Amino acid sequence: MRRAVLATTGISALVVVLLSLKPHQLPVLAGAAPRSPASSATPHTRATTSTGTGTFTGDPINTDYGTVQVAATLAKGRITSVKVLQAPDQNGRDQQIASYALPRLTQEAIGAQSAHIDAVSGASYTSQGYIQSLQSALDQAHA
Amino acid sequence: MPDTTARGPRHVEHVMGTVFTFDIRDRPTAAVHRALAEAVAHLHRVDAVFSTYRPDSHISRLGSGGIRLADCPPEVHEVLSLCERVTHDSDGWFSVVPAGTLDPSGLVKGWATEAASRLLHEAGAHHTCVNGGGDLQLRGQAAPGIPWRIGIAHPLRPGELATVVTADGDLAVATSGTAERGSHILDPHSGTPASAFASLTLVGPRLTLTDAYATAVFARGDSAHDWVEKLHGYEALAILPDGQEWRTSGFSRYGS
Repeated sequence: MRRAVLATTGISALVVVLLSLKPHQLPVLAGAAPRSPASSATPHTRATTSTGTGTFTGDPINTDYGTVQVAATLAKGRITSVKVLQAPDQNGRDQQIASYALPRLTQEAIGAQSAHIDAVSGASYTSQGYIQSLQSALDQAHA
Repeated sequence: MPDTTARGPRHVEHVMGTVFTFDIRDRPTAAVHRALAEAVAHLHRVDAVFSTYRPDSHISRLGSGGIRLADCPPEVHEVLSLCERVTHDSDGWFSVVPAGTLDPSGLVKGWATEAASRLLHEAGAHHTCVNGGGDLQLRGQAAPGIPWRIGIAHPLRPGELATVVTADGDLAVATSGTAERGSHILDPHSGTPASAFASLTLVGPRLTLTDAYATAVFARGDSAHDWVEKLHGYEALAILPDGQEWRTSGFSRYGS
């Protein structure tokens, strides 16, 4: 159980990576003119336009449990999809966790950035439930 | 006005079996930092007194008859009085003995969260969001001219939001539901788990009553809508187990 919790915590770094792509924090993505990429995201030359539309590949982030790297596709400054390029997969348990956690956390990150929310209200979470919560992702992104 | 140039501290505290997030948007003065430390200490003190998971807490010993109310700190009397009020206001749909033993947890967390928010306010932090495990007390604004935006977690679609509540000024937001801890809210009349809603969100002025009323409304089930409509200053969003939703007539003032 401890292993599962720790692994999930590692994966939650993904959400931090995703939330760090928030357009309002990266005016170069949402703005009209700039061509230069933000330090944490490198635009694919293939699809980038000056209107914050394109696919952006995040830097690989080293966590205690392995490397996490994602690419986000933006349309007019908003994340429309996220592709996981690297995630911890050292053993079967990691893969199992990743298979359910990554889609969920990806969905949460997309929802959070598009809604520009400050906090989340929901059924009372336990200390462990918090780890996978959107509130936890928001706290880490703003820490 | 909240200060965007010197955003105050954000603090996460694991206590009372859940997690509290303090999001302070005022200038982080020494007084604000002291109040934050005091608020955190207060939460741990409340846990020591009110936890039903600790056999040595005042509430556990009071419930088992080991001590009398007169042996308890004054806040126990305050909380039990508030519970009595909510039981009365809600026609018995809130109970301080939900499973047969003394357990004011349905009110304590909101009460503690509101108290933490008040400590910050008294220290000069007038733009704060204190989230007590999914129930929030908001004050002021997120930034000058920018209201707080609170996502309401969708109980049936993990990771998605049912709506966003916008709070310009002081507001409490409480959600009762089965998504995180299962069917843990009991119908005080039958003793069986309440099952009419997947989640019930109530907004009101202060979290102590908003949170406790939300628990009562969740248990009430079918007659919940009419009851909240008559409850001055409160609005509700309900999501049913089949995904259907209803809102009270004034909910649109806060969210879609």
